[in-house]
Amino acid sequence: MFKVLESIYKNKIVTEDISTTGSDRMRGKIEGTSDVLGACETICPAKAFETDGNQYAIDYKKCLFCGECVRAAQGLSHSHEDVLPEFIAATQVAVAKEITNKLGRSLNVRHVDAGSCNACDFEMGALSNPIYDLHRFGVSFVASPRHADLIMVTGTVTRNLEQALKMTYEAMPEPRLVMACGACAAGGETYGSTYAIVGAVSEVVPVDIYIPGCPPRPSTMIVGLLAAADLLKERMK
Amino acid sequence: MIKVKADALQGTANILNKNGNHALLAMFGADERATSGKLAIYCLFAHPDKRDVDILKAEFDKNEDSYESLTSVIPASAWYEREIFDMFGLKPKNHPDLRPLVLHENFPEGFHPLLKTEPVDKQIRGTREYEMAVSKGEGLFEVPVGPIHAGIIEPGHFRFSQAGESMLQLDAKLFFTHRGIEKAMEGKTPFEALAMAERICGACSIANTWSYCQAVEKIAGVTVPKKAEIIRTLLLEMERLYNHVGDLGNIPAGVGFSPAISLGNKLKELLMRCNEVVTGNRFLRGMLIPGGVKFDLTEEIVTQVLATLEDVEKGFLDLVQMMEEQDEFKDRIRTTGILRYSTAKDLAMVGVGARASGIKADSRKDFKYGIYDELDFALITKEVGDVEARIQVRIEETKETLKLVRQLIEKWRTTLDVQLICEVPLKAGQAWGVTESARGNNVHWITLDDNGKIDRIFIRSASYPNWPGVAIATNGDIIPDFPLINKSFELCYACIDR
Repeated sequence: MFKVLESIYKNKIVTEDISTTGSDRMRGKIEGTSDVLGACETICPAKAFETDGNQYAIDYKKCLFCGECVRAAQGLSHSHEDVLPEFIAATQVAVAKEITNKLGRSLNVRHVDAGSCNACDFEMGALSNPIYDLHRFGVSFVASPRHADLIMVTGTVTRNLEQALKMTYEAMPEPRLVMACGACAAGGETYGSTYAIVGAVSEVVPVDIYIPGCPPRPSTMIVGLLAAADLLKERMK
Repeated sequence: MIKVKADALQGTANILNKNGNHALLAMFGADERATSGKLAIYCLFAHPDKRDVDILKAEFDKNEDSYESLTSVIPASAWYEREIFDMFGLKPKNHPDLRPLVLHENFPEGFHPLLKTEPVDKQIRGTREYEMAVSKGEGLFEVPVGPIHAGIIEPGHFRFSQAGESMLQLDAKLFFTHRGIEKAMEGKTPFEALAMAERICGACSIANTWSYCQAVEKIAGVTVPKKAEIIRTLLLEMERLYNHVGDLGNIPAGVGFSPAISLGNKLKELLMRCNEVVTGNRFLRGMLIPGGVKFDLTEEIVTQVLATLEDVEKGFLDLVQMMEEQDEFKDRIRTTGILRYSTAKDLAMVGVGARASGIKADSRKDFKYGIYDELDFALITKEVGDVEARIQVRIEETKETLKLVRQLIEKWRTTLDVQLICEVPLKAGQAWGVTESARGNNVHWITLDDNGKIDRIFIRSASYPNWPGVAIATNGDIIPDFPLINKSFELCYACIDR
């Protein structure tokens, strides 16, 4: 009992501002150029790297941020910033600061694991820890799809979960949003196509927001959720 | 390797199992019709004295598609046999419970995906029976839970047969996240499939990848550079640390003990950030590769790791004291979810779940890999087998792991070799690899074909043998204690579902 009280008294507030910058080794956006781009395309395990030999483009929905292309080609490097979905890149973290004015309402989120490796799920769990404290933004996780404005789907949709995902979506009230969270849910290329996999989330239910990353860092998820709150407000009009 | 005919499988396996003292580590099928013309079943048994594995292989002639089930003599084989029946259609005769395991009711009967005659991306629809096991009787009722849960957890369907508040029986329907990873890896080189191996499971990423690398390296017959072994061992211990600390912060969530949850989660976050500092990924991904590690540590990084360790250790001791002082918490965890020694042994359970019931097994001591032989750490066991015992095992193991990480950093500092990686020639062969993940031993079996591509891989994560034990540990407890019992085992779904 005394330890509990002491801990509450001593530790005070540990909640931090959201930062989309990672450690010096963090693998974010791929930058630079190289003369062996073809090799990168071959080595990419998720078919995210596309090139015509001179220029390249990366499909960050699919990218696993494994770093193999950067290892294979001199000249390429990773930035240490989260890759954010394109349409929110401009607003970025500023959103977090003025969120209270923007929101005007709360966002209720339901998690659906459609076949993930549990990394995305653990990161989603981390959003509730005292450091990220998602509640401060008015975003909370709810226990039923009937209470949810948004479902956050992780994992490439498996055959064994296809029905569960559809039913969860159908149980939601309108207006409803779907977020495909992480490379498996957004791109669906992590394990290729097999007898047990249906594919990316968009093949089963309509997706509104894609969050890149394998897994996305909690900061990316929060920026995505805040963008979702904006999107929801628009839909309510 | 001992080779027998299919009808001698049960007898030979029974001898090799030595009354359960040589635990069944894994059992799986393989389609070798292209080379030997036969289907086969492999059994791996631990051999503690030799610190090795006994491999038993039973071959099936063309007209044979069944064998005498091992479950009556080795209860641990029950799930493996169900999986082999699903995947290869080899039927265990007299199996007590031959319901489908991996393939749910949306797959048709007679579809066996791991046969080489089935293409990897076959899209087949159909239906089959899948009945949950329930108890029937006057006044009994069922409580269905899942697969989509109320919190942020992985998917599984639980069916409780209730007599009032007491759980009479629990049947768990798992394998919802079955992605067909084993089949997806076939036909790829071990390097091409590496990204998938890292993504079998998030929380056991290093354990899975290292087991995988070990098997590939054994086939190639190469010795990994010393420095790479030190770094791998360090990463595995860092994985154990964030898992154990995270679990200790998560178990109180089973009873709503908020200050402990909050502190535990904060500590876990510090460790996840530390993971990113070391490998560039919060789940330690992107560093291991067959042959060694992709990049080195730096003095700056290890200093940062040591500083994080200081903070975490302090907070961790606070967390332990918090739990220690809270009598209400003690009331809930004592005598809850008891798993007997004999159950753990019969089911060949592993890791924290087994050690809390008195099983003296830890693959860091039982097998030879990494640099564990040069390190000083204790094997932790408890006798009682309840939630409290599992918490205590985790607490003491965390203390050992904190010690280990410091020893490993010292080793890294004093080892002056610079080589981090060696050439791994790909050739035909078969081998196993084992690591001790935070949940217990993690076994991989790999067969490479003549072109050095994966012909068969079997992934047996630590959660696989432990899941059946959870269902038994809950018997007789009240249903509000289920989350607590479940969290005290803290098993992965993704690892077993694959």
